[in-house]
Amino acid sequence: MEKIGQKQISTADRVFGIVVVALSILIFAIVLYPLWFIVIASISNSNLVNLGQVKFLPKDIRFYGYQQIIEDSRIWKGYLNTLIYVVVGTVLNMVVTMPAAYALSRRGFKARNKVMFYFVFTMFFSGGLVPTYMTISALHLISTKTILIIFVAVNTYNLIIARTFIESSIPEDLYEAAVLDGCSHFSYFTKVVIPLSKAVNSVLILYYAVYHWNDYFNALVYNSKQENAPLQIVLREILLLNQAFASGNGGVQGGYGQSSADQVKYAVIIVSTLPILCVYPFVQKYFEKGVMIGAVKG
Amino acid sequence: MGSKNQTATVNKSFGFRTKKYWEHNWQLWLMLLPAMLYILIFCYVPMYGIQLAFREYSFQTGITGGKWVGMKYFKQYFESPMFFTTLKNTFIISFWSIVVGFPAPIILAMIINQLRNKKWKKTVQTTVYIPYFISTVVMVSMINVMFANGSGVVGNFLKAAHLVAADTNILGKESAFVPLYVLTGVWQSMGWNSIIYIAALSSVDTQLYDACKIDGANRWQTMLHIDFPAIVPTIMILLIMNMGNILNVGFDKVYLMQNSLNLGISQVISTYVYSVGVKSSQFSFGAAVGLFNTLINFFFLVVTNWISRRSTGTGLM
Repeated sequence: MEKIGQKQISTADRVFGIVVVALSILIFAIVLYPLWFIVIASISNSNLVNLGQVKFLPKDIRFYGYQQIIEDSRIWKGYLNTLIYVVVGTVLNMVVTMPAAYALSRRGFKARNKVMFYFVFTMFFSGGLVPTYMTISALHLISTKTILIIFVAVNTYNLIIARTFIESSIPEDLYEAAVLDGCSHFSYFTKVVIPLSKAVNSVLILYYAVYHWNDYFNALVYNSKQENAPLQIVLREILLLNQAFASGNGGVQGGYGQSSADQVKYAVIIVSTLPILCVYPFVQKYFEKGVMIGAVKG
Repeated sequence: MGSKNQTATVNKSFGFRTKKYWEHNWQLWLMLLPAMLYILIFCYVPMYGIQLAFREYSFQTGITGGKWVGMKYFKQYFESPMFFTTLKNTFIISFWSIVVGFPAPIILAMIINQLRNKKWKKTVQTTVYIPYFISTVVMVSMINVMFANGSGVVGNFLKAAHLVAADTNILGKESAFVPLYVLTGVWQSMGWNSIIYIAALSSVDTQLYDACKIDGANRWQTMLHIDFPAIVPTIMILLIMNMGNILNVGFDKVYLMQNSLNLGISQVISTYVYSVGVKSSQFSFGAAVGLFNTLINFFFLVVTNWISRRSTGTGLM
């Protein structure tokens, strides 16, 4: 009993503390190292990388890979397409999701449970790939930019997050006061709900934007035109299908071609992932909130 | 006469009520309209199109006009050698994904929650979330680079540490596919999935910790008896949702990791549906295989939900 208050730490707790810190360092290293490796490999001589001599610091620094990328029109075309899909797609997502979430959050709206079921059912049961493909095909939307923008205009999970947020963090009194002032649903939504939903807006914009940025599947299945191909499809051609790079000096200059093609790979990974990572610090503080809101009524 | 009048009043009041209802709610319905319309066209119309699985498809008659053939395409799938292979592969991959991938974020969250240095805690959290934002295409090409035979850094490290036999080609070996898929998946998503547990842990009542201290419990015991029980409800909900997706092995990563050497283990139901249903245009057959997949998922979701309801009182529906 004397020990309490004296801040004496028992041996068991000391060992525990050390083990926890050691494990966290291990996990930190395991997560960080591959990312770090891509960065140093993208600016090192690829021959040394392939020989396994580049491990922790870049060696024989060169920016050949980045130069090649700047000259490759496919990447920029893909970049541009992806940018269109991300910006227009995410705006559409928000315009569709937020009003619907608001309507579903109104307690006085009697049909809301039935409408909610209408949405939630699609989370657990779907027509499957082929019928979806046939439907899109019947609408003449295969291989158009439109389908890559509107596909998954509303994600039920995100809809639930938004609804739960509006329901739980915007006081009901505000609505009653607004109604007394003669506010309609529209003006209450635009003037009160949207300004007060900054946290959930940020979370949803992040989720939707990352979805569009990383979307590969929809572009693979519903598009076959090269001119509509988003960055991820172009990346696959360069990174996984081993297509010769645009300027095409593959293997011509005695090994130099191959090694620079490898450097291009690392550089492409960096260039394609960087934008997402740049936005990341700004939205990170909202993550926890967003995930928690979603968890209340998964 | 009287009854006629009565009907008129009822009609009037019904009409009046409807009018009033619309005056109150038309704006809400209008706000729901785009989302409902989207779901109708891209989710419910395809569900109606499931009947394709029971019909012959022809270009002239479209989805619903073909000849009714009943279970023909299901039979064709069940009797083909691919049935057992794809079903087995899907189960193996999702089984290990859940067994290894589900506890990983829980353990990570417990570790992060125990870190006392705030700055270090924040650094670890920020870092482990990052891989989640890497696209599948980039992820798979990173795997290809890191585990490439001869030059792959991580592959060579594992070989030097005698965790993998020195002469294995990790990317081309069937037995290496599942561990590679599962462990890289853990690397990518464990941080993100831990957020929810970290949040749940941070809301534990601090009085409980003080009480534990007075009882003389050490940190390990506190973690076991206070922290862990606090996140059990969260664990159960997430487990049910995971079980409902047991046959929904993410298409992208498996598809991109496929190569001619590992196809025996990497052909799963979803990639099979894509390759027969869309690529080779066997629409009815693809629809049948897809429907089979959906039904099994639905079945698993309902069963786990039921078990969880009975045993812990937590459930989705």
